Amino acid sequence: MRAAVIQFPGSNCDRDMAVAIREVTGAETALVWHRESELPANLDLIAVPGGFSYGDYLRSGAMAARSPVMQAVIAAAGRGVPVLGVCNGFQILTEAGLLPGALMRNAGIRFVCREVKLTVENSQSIFTSRYQAGEEIVIPVAHHDGNYFADEATLDRLEGEGRVAFRYAEEVNGSARNIAGILNDAGNVLGMMPHPERMIEAVQGGSDGRRLFEGFIREIA
Amino acid sequence: MKTRVFVTLKNGVLDPQGKAIHHALEGLGFEGVNDVRAGRLIEIDHEPGVSQDQFEEMCRKLLANMVIENFEIEQKG
Repeated sequence: MRAAVIQFPGSNCDRDMAVAIREVTGAETALVWHRESELPANLDLIAVPGGFSYGDYLRSGAMAARSPVMQAVIAAAGRGVPVLGVCNGFQILTEAGLLPGALMRNAGIRFVCREVKLTVENSQSIFTSRYQAGEEIVIPVAHHDGNYFADEATLDRLEGEGRVAFRYAEEVNGSARNIAGILNDAGNVLGMMPHPERMIEAVQGGSDGRRLFEGFIREIA
Repeated sequence: MKTRVFVTLKNGVLDPQGKAIHHALEGLGFEGVNDVRAGRLIEIDHEPGVSQDQFEEMCRKLLANMVIENFEIEQKG
């Protein structure tokens, strides 16, 4: 298996993400700089990591979404290559148009950095098959702009099509319908604000994030 | 030439920053403020040949997020 983790100026979860992917899936994982216009060949997974790409200038993820490497990521996603965006990565995927909606300033204004309870809504995707639907898991969040917004019609469609992957089981940031993570219509792109790569072994305080990567290798094997 | 682009949140989109500013104004004793919405002003210095259409494209492609924001373009000359 081969994976790539995209690095932007200001990314800070890129190495954690690469370690999690290597550790759990054994994938050969390349770090790819934002100025690249091509990705390594035959990728099984592209991860867009957390952080503060381009200093969050203009809007979180706005500049990164227009970088050369993202044109390659958009093209790969269109061919069905799995793409996982976490935190700033989720913001970048919405800004790039790979996922609907937008992530706005947290309703409480404050940066939220703590473990939160999530409910798994969809356990049928390539990213979530090792979870049970309705199961409660604990994964940390660390964000200022995690307040998911989309118009009512889009929210209804996401729910109707089973594209809400994770929901907050507690109030975190004011997200519409407590949405914490969503899938694209083809199911190969997942964006989520919580950080599964920070919960892959007991020493990190829990391993509920590990199953996302375990499920992924099982599904694509 | 200079052109100003105003980017504002669409009606109905909650603006926590505007709310915080509103509370701060009340805390300073200013009365009669009904609501505050925060936006962004982008000032672009450019050649005379840049058209209105090009500015609109800039807004749609980068300056505004059309899911949550509106834009207004003001040519200053």
